[in-house]
Amino acid sequence: MPRRLLRDGRIVDDDWSYLAESADGAAALILTVAEWQTERAAWMARGARLGVVLQPADKVELLAPEISRLDLIAAQFSGPSEGRGYSQARVLREQWQFGGELRATGFVRRDQLFFMARCGFNSFELADTDLEAAAAALSTFSQAYQPSNDGGLPFKLQHGGPNIPANA
Amino acid sequence: MLSGDWRMEGCGTYGDAMYRYDLTDKTLVSERVAQFRDQTRRFLAGELSEDEFRHLRLRNGLYIQRHAPMLRVAIPYGLLSSRQLRALGSIARRYDRGYGHFTTRQNIQYNWPKLEEVPDILAELADVEMHAIQTSGNCIRNTTSDHLAGVTPDELEDPRPWCELIRQWSTFHPEFTYLPRKFKIAVTGAPQDRAASQVHDVGVHLVRNLNGELGFEILAGGGLGRTPIIGQVVRDFLPREHLLSYLEAILRVYNLEGRRDNIHKARIKILLRSLGIEEFRRRVEDEWEFTRDSGLRVDDAQIARLRGFFNPPAYRNLVNTEPAAGKSTAFRAWYRYNTTAHKVPGYRAVYISLKKPDVAPGDVTDSQMELLADLAERYSFAEVRVTHTQNLLFADVEQEQTFDLWQTLEKAGLATPNIGTLTDMICCPGLDFCSLANAGSIDVAKLINDRFDDYDYLYDLGELEIKMSGCMNACGHHHVGHIGILGVDKSGEEWYQITIGGAAGADASLGSVIGPSVAKTEVAETIANLLEVYVEQRRPDERFLDTVRRLGVKPFKERVYAAPAAA
Repeated sequence: MPRRLLRDGRIVDDDWSYLAESADGAAALILTVAEWQTERAAWMARGARLGVVLQPADKVELLAPEISRLDLIAAQFSGPSEGRGYSQARVLREQWQFGGELRATGFVRRDQLFFMARCGFNSFELADTDLEAAAAALSTFSQAYQPSNDGGLPFKLQHGGPNIPANA
Repeated sequence: MLSGDWRMEGCGTYGDAMYRYDLTDKTLVSERVAQFRDQTRRFLAGELSEDEFRHLRLRNGLYIQRHAPMLRVAIPYGLLSSRQLRALGSIARRYDRGYGHFTTRQNIQYNWPKLEEVPDILAELADVEMHAIQTSGNCIRNTTSDHLAGVTPDELEDPRPWCELIRQWSTFHPEFTYLPRKFKIAVTGAPQDRAASQVHDVGVHLVRNLNGELGFEILAGGGLGRTPIIGQVVRDFLPREHLLSYLEAILRVYNLEGRRDNIHKARIKILLRSLGIEEFRRRVEDEWEFTRDSGLRVDDAQIARLRGFFNPPAYRNLVNTEPAAGKSTAFRAWYRYNTTAHKVPGYRAVYISLKKPDVAPGDVTDSQMELLADLAERYSFAEVRVTHTQNLLFADVEQEQTFDLWQTLEKAGLATPNIGTLTDMICCPGLDFCSLANAGSIDVAKLINDRFDDYDYLYDLGELEIKMSGCMNACGHHHVGHIGILGVDKSGEEWYQITIGGAAGADASLGSVIGPSVAKTEVAETIANLLEVYVEQRRPDERFLDTVRRLGVKPFKERVYAAPAAA
């Protein structure tokens, strides 16, 4: 059965495979940083969509040289207290202008989704079985106090009056 | 005048000089209550494991303690309206055992709420614009400040608008909710540091540069706990519009680089120490290049709007007087120790001592809270402040009304004339309540109070800060006490390690251990020995702290360990 995940707020079948779980050389592959680095040229020559999964301690800069060749970057959350992925996501989106799929994987629960989405993640491999409840968690809060990466959530930064959309 | 009318007398509207929630604040806090209600429901229904729920409840101030859950409620930079204080009293009576405990970080803790009732408590708090968001857990905690903000004569600039700015920015910050460890920020605007800012993860000091422009000195890497360290200057002048972008840069470096493999090495102080201040600063400044011109830039209109919330209340046109002249010794002592200078003629700031000898330091009952709410409305523009030293403050009392106020406080057990003296101890809840503690604190405070019950002696000793923690986590700030007391566990028995020479103010320093720890029954006698040396050796007007700094630990140590142990 294909993995189900939440992408752009919708529940979909995953059309990506990790290299380790791909017996048939699936078209869209997610590699570890080590797999990506050892045979970068060969992977790119393959012509199919490519993704890389970052471990929490991996520097985002590792992917910088060919970031435009990647269609997906995943950040691994190793446990309930792991928080580096939030910063990795913002750096990827804001400093490296990564526009592809940004996926949260590992220890990902519905209670974290709102924050993850605000940092720039747009897809989530969830441990929760109730994906619909998880999708609802994306709108836990209707506003925010600080600008971030969610293009459109109304935010205020200590000014009164009407809220201004983040991307206005 | 009709009874009840006096509440409004001279006070304008309630809580004039404080931030008021707008629709965004209200919406966010009530959405948070709904979220936490759902999380609690899922936990009680078995849909969330203990461990999963732990991470969620901690970010909402809920610990599971020795006897019951403990709920910590934020009091942003220590400011309470009378209405809020009344609500805190009401919650204490209906959901707890009739009291609350004020902490060193301007929060209040309830020690006996029922887990299933916590969502209801949060809803009641939301009604008075309060919450428990980020009062625990590895996230940015309640921003603290000088309790004399806006009224102290030595102030450069009121820090409260900047505190509110930080409060908003840090609340539900999406990137910094799962930090390596907790993160505490304190802001001060006066040369005297009354917020212990140098032992915070980040200390923000309002300063002016040579051109007279207002900005900030930014410190980082201070902290207590197992590895006490005084913060270091990361930037000596930060233009004011960049405050948030600079904090964001510091937090991002910390979030990505701080250690997560060892809870005892996870605070920013350890990162800063291992990188060195130069390298740490370089990384922050590199990161700041990306954040400085983001939407975090604060413009003049935003600053002006925030300042507008903290306009001075409607002071009357008065002159300074001598309210204590010709009054009783008791009132004169209280006036001298429990009131302090105000920048407006005819006014004083008045401390409400929560250090009555037979009461746990920082504890206050439901009816005391309600009485204080009434009194604040009558005497101090309907506002109450929480101090870092676990007392309360009426910031704006007319000098001529201090005597009336004192009489009422005295009857309610809230006029112990000991502010700044030996018995004005900072103290954590200790073994009696906290599941982390190795040893009791409250009972030791009691023993010290019993030993030092002569006010003439206390006053002769002058300024003296005793700070006590029941374990290495140092919630009682023992490292920065003039005398610090740390509870340790020695094969199941409660022992106490004594330090001297610590300070939390502008001249912050860490205390030195005087020698082997002492038994509980010897703590008070040990302090008596230390003070004996001080009294013998002090120079005129020299504080205990300064005598220790001048002489070093040696003479104190010799006296303590030469003396026969107390029976």
